[in-house]
Amino acid sequence: MGKRIGLEVSLSAAEAVKMADVDCIAAYPITPQTHIVEHLSELVNDGELDAEFIPVESEHSAMSVCTGVAAVGARAFTCTSSQGLALMNEIVHIAASMRLPMVMILANRSMSGPISIWNDHTDVMSIRDCGWIQVFANNGQEVFDHVLFGYRVGESQKVMLPVMIHIDGFILTHVIEPVEFWETQQVERYLPAFKPIHALHPDRPVTMGAFGMPSMFSEVKVAQDEALIQSKSEIMAAWNELGDLVGRYYRPIETYRSEDAETLFITQGSFGETVSLVVDALRDEGKRVGLLMDRLWRPFPLDEFRQAVGNARNLIVIDRAISYGGQGGPLAMDLRSALYKERNQPNITNFICGLASRDVTIDDFKNMFNRSMEKIEGNPREEDFEYYGVRGK
Amino acid sequence: MAKTKTDPTWQELEIGGIVTNPGNAAEYKTGDWRSLRPLWDTKRCVRCGACYIFCPDASIYETEEGYFEADLYHCKGCGICAHECPTQSIKMVEEEE
Amino acid sequence: MLEIRLHGRGGQGAVTSAELLALAAISEGKYGQAFPSFGPERRGAPVIAFCRIDDRQIKIRSYVNKPDIVLVLDPSILRIANVAEGLKEDGILVTNTKHKADEIRRELNLNYKLAVVNANRIAREELGLPITNTTMLGALLKANAIVKPDSLIGPIRDRFGRIAERNIKAFRRALAETELAF
Repeated sequence: MGKRIGLEVSLSAAEAVKMADVDCIAAYPITPQTHIVEHLSELVNDGELDAEFIPVESEHSAMSVCTGVAAVGARAFTCTSSQGLALMNEIVHIAASMRLPMVMILANRSMSGPISIWNDHTDVMSIRDCGWIQVFANNGQEVFDHVLFGYRVGESQKVMLPVMIHIDGFILTHVIEPVEFWETQQVERYLPAFKPIHALHPDRPVTMGAFGMPSMFSEVKVAQDEALIQSKSEIMAAWNELGDLVGRYYRPIETYRSEDAETLFITQGSFGETVSLVVDALRDEGKRVGLLMDRLWRPFPLDEFRQAVGNARNLIVIDRAISYGGQGGPLAMDLRSALYKERNQPNITNFICGLASRDVTIDDFKNMFNRSMEKIEGNPREEDFEYYGVRGK
Repeated sequence: MAKTKTDPTWQELEIGGIVTNPGNAAEYKTGDWRSLRPLWDTKRCVRCGACYIFCPDASIYETEEGYFEADLYHCKGCGICAHECPTQSIKMVEEEE
Repeated sequence: MLEIRLHGRGGQGAVTSAELLALAAISEGKYGQAFPSFGPERRGAPVIAFCRIDDRQIKIRSYVNKPDIVLVLDPSILRIANVAEGLKEDGILVTNTKHKADEIRRELNLNYKLAVVNANRIAREELGLPITNTTMLGALLKANAIVKPDSLIGPIRDRFGRIAERNIKAFRRALAETELAF
């Protein structure tokens, strides 16, 4: 077993990137991602990590550099947040369509404006359809594990896709907590050297990022979508192997006391652990409540989700993002659609809360539970969603 | 992208739409774009090679005698060679003629 | 689980105090969690940090709203913020002040267990400036032996390098000089 170390989550994430022995880091600092990049620049400067650190002039360049690095068959890392991701957006899509593996940590932060440096998932949702494998990490240990997982899955020749790891800005990035590091031999066993199918090399010229005429474009995009959908078997294999190696088994939908639950909370990101305590408290009151935490966001784990919902009658979906003018939070909309074919559709109530890191306490989640029960007794389909804790609402 | 006899299905495509046969642009028959073709008058031609240099598609080649001709598979008939020729020895003629 | 809220001013090291305490707990094999109240705080502005310590994995990620202990690094904050807000009935307020516990209790009408220390004086004497983060950790451990005092030595050394020994001295002095009024 590896050493158990108390460390800020950003720093342990950077240490995991070091253990992955990346070849190049290209990043531009933006709150709350900054500590990850700063620590990596220290590791490179101090000779602890043999990699190129490229302090680019913008996030657009950061992603461009990483795309180039992956194209020559080297291992690239970057991370960003909110507006940085927005500036990077153009190339984020290109990295996936060119099937170039890399790992990016997105320290989740609100999309401005008003200007907010705080946490929510509006940046995640702005990039939902970019074609990357996307996972949520709920604590420092999961961030560490998923950096190594990201390279392992993304670089698999059966997958060849970039991987984005979502971690809540500040709430996770700036917290100090214990993390168990991996042994070097464990990393070596888990993460083989990157062997790309094609790499840019003068001796074996290829064209990457070519023109796609209308007669060909749809086929290329279907191939990309199929690759993302089919990456799930490799994702499962990589999680299983990670579990066998370090004893932590991850699943696309993490469940907590959900087997016999009548009502299920559904969360993404660091809300999950807090809500698990709410579940304990409500169980103590005799209420049959459970929790599903969505870990895998894309490819969407449809079968696992349907199975985890099982016979639950009520779902309380917690969204940390707005879909302006939409029919609820992005997570709730996906889940409603996933359950459309079910004969016995559960009631779904959807709360949008925790925007810009607004504190959501155990009592708040209990209030949401009670509010949800009220709505279900009335007409749960009357409204699609509710903002929680907003003055005047 | 060159149109092949049967376009590939999504399963047959190279990963990421990568093009693995380098220089395959040469297979593209841009000669189809041409409605006028260059015709050299070897009596006036002084073999200076200006047409060869100016051709934007590199589709003019030198013959064994040192004169110049167009590779009609690629020549688009743009007429730059005729325009640049210092002795006006290139004439653009209708394809139909 | 023990929950602590720390009040200080930007630059005084409230966040560092929370971190050092969590690291000490983790080094003892316990679970520790420390985080700042996130924001673009400037030097001098009142800031809050949080620390939780438990024998089991800490899952809660919201702010500490009902602390067991409140730690105040700067005496002037006592009069501008309601530092005891949400403090549990049997909770402890640990504060930096030049006054006696009884005087503070009377002036601010605090019906809590109090632990007071003149941390400004100790920090000035030992460090040459009134940065009270390590000093106030000494007062905290006097009020409640959350971790062994020796468990803080490693984290303080790692953090402060060449000025570590002076910080350790300030920490140990506060451990001895803190007045308890329980």
